[in-house]
Amino acid sequence: MSADFASFLYLVSGVLFIMALRGLSHPPTSRQGNMYGMVGMGIAIVTTLALARPSMGGFALIVLGLALGGSVGAITARRIPMTSMPQLVAAFHSLVGLAAVMVAAAAMYAPESFGIGTIGNIHGQALVEMSLGVAIGAITFTGSVIAFLKLDGRMSGKPIMLGGRHFINAGLGIALVVLIVMLVLTESYAVFWLIVVASLVLGVLLIIPIGGADMPVVVSMLNSYSGWAAAALGFTLGNLALIITGALVGSSGAILSYIMCKGMNRSFISVILGGFGGETAAASGDDGIQRTVKTGAADDAAYLMMNAQKVIIVPGYGMAVAQAQHALRELADKLKANGVEVKYAIHPVAGRMPGHMNVLLAEANVPYDEVFELEDINSEFAQADVAYVIGANDVTNPSARDDKASPIYGMPILDVDKARTCLFVKRSLGSGYAGIDNTLFYKDGTMMLLGDAKKMTEEIVKAMDH
Amino acid sequence: MEKTALEHALDQLDQASAAARLALDQVQDAADAAGAAAHAASGGAIDPFVFRFAIFVLAIFVGYYVVWSVTPALHTPLMAVTNAISSVIVVGALLAVGISAASGLATGFGFVALVLASVNIFGGFLVTQRMLAMYKKKEK
Repeated sequence: MSADFASFLYLVSGVLFIMALRGLSHPPTSRQGNMYGMVGMGIAIVTTLALARPSMGGFALIVLGLALGGSVGAITARRIPMTSMPQLVAAFHSLVGLAAVMVAAAAMYAPESFGIGTIGNIHGQALVEMSLGVAIGAITFTGSVIAFLKLDGRMSGKPIMLGGRHFINAGLGIALVVLIVMLVLTESYAVFWLIVVASLVLGVLLIIPIGGADMPVVVSMLNSYSGWAAAALGFTLGNLALIITGALVGSSGAILSYIMCKGMNRSFISVILGGFGGETAAASGDDGIQRTVKTGAADDAAYLMMNAQKVIIVPGYGMAVAQAQHALRELADKLKANGVEVKYAIHPVAGRMPGHMNVLLAEANVPYDEVFELEDINSEFAQADVAYVIGANDVTNPSARDDKASPIYGMPILDVDKARTCLFVKRSLGSGYAGIDNTLFYKDGTMMLLGDAKKMTEEIVKAMDH
Repeated sequence: MEKTALEHALDQLDQASAAARLALDQVQDAADAAGAAAHAASGGAIDPFVFRFAIFVLAIFVGYYVVWSVTPALHTPLMAVTNAISSVIVVGALLAVGISAASGLATGFGFVALVLASVNIFGGFLVTQRMLAMYKKKEK
């Protein structure tokens, strides 16, 4: 196959990837979009094989590698529970990062295979592109591993703050630039691996100070990084599919990070600098007045909801942890059978990654056209009889809207306090993930339902039968 | 020997054709020079990097508009599928393993990259498919 024709085919697969993302604009077209993505990947792989014309041994090795990785991937994809999706995506990002490092290493040791020169005589430009790819790839790798450990609960979500970490990070950044210049001048393997090591360390240091509450931003950001790493290597290999894909993924991750930051009213820089969401903030409303909380039982909740005209359900990550989504669906079915209008309201940062809550509701067979985003439903709370808050906390805290002293002031919230009654399911009266007291608990229209989200929902369903 | 009118005519024709040939040569030289200049201005002299970079920049813009049009309900599948397509880095791994030119080390690195990328390709697309299959419309 001529190189020109191969380039053309790579372009086709790049275009198919664009169409894959385009398909995700609506759920009905999304499945087709995913199909385009698979076809694009197939074209890229077959084209490369036709171009490389591997020997029998090489071909066997390729089949072995594809089968090995493919079966691990397929089994994981089938078994992973939907609640663990953020961890899985973080783990997958780390693989892309490491793969980028490995491809760059291969290019370093066998430049002829990639048409970028010969050993000891690699084009300077290729070396720059490669070292950028390897640095971003290595940062993505260790950063994603730390994100995975935090999301999976194998490591505390608390920020780890090293003294003078900004100086250490800046120093590592400068060292990386110096090392890249040295690599271009000397093309030494030692310098190459020093770049890898420095980037691996930098990846760890960048992510450990970021608290658990900011993980949605981190996952999106690492998504973006993995794209830039791929694009950098795309330049080295002169491969259009890789360049286009890298640019797509890079901008996609950047947009998602932006949406997540906006959802929390945090600047991207302050998230990167870290330190948020670990320490328990002093309760801002601690004015010495004993405030009363109205609690209720499942029977009260069932009565209120069955006699309502409109119920809006506000699920949060706590619902996912308690695995309450199926019980919740049952509750909604009961209400609908009784003529009650039911809608779901999703905050942009509900869950641990963008859109996580939507997937969990879809898994419980909640139709996607009953699920609404914050800006589409917030005005409807005033007409709702009941807001049923389950597993969400900070995203409903009215002090984000009204109290300028609150650390989360300015964060967009769901106006559940505007509903006639707000039923708030919670394990205890403690503060939320951000460590901030929720003034919603003390409002007149709020009834606290203390208990496990799943058990409480099941009890309400049972009470509805009476 | 006296030149006949015919010979005169032939001589003149010779001279004329020589002049014409000279002129033609000059034109050709000029054309060659112009062509070389044009070549220098466009094709050959512009590094392929510039064209790749142009594609890269345009693809960022395409990505920007396409991703903003993705519905927030599908942001998790979006991340899973971008993750899968960024594994197109597998082409680098295939080249390293396929053209096992000189170094066994390079083949080794390539093989590791191939396995990692394949986990991502199969895992990413399949988990996306699994998620997307769950999104259903309200039964009327």
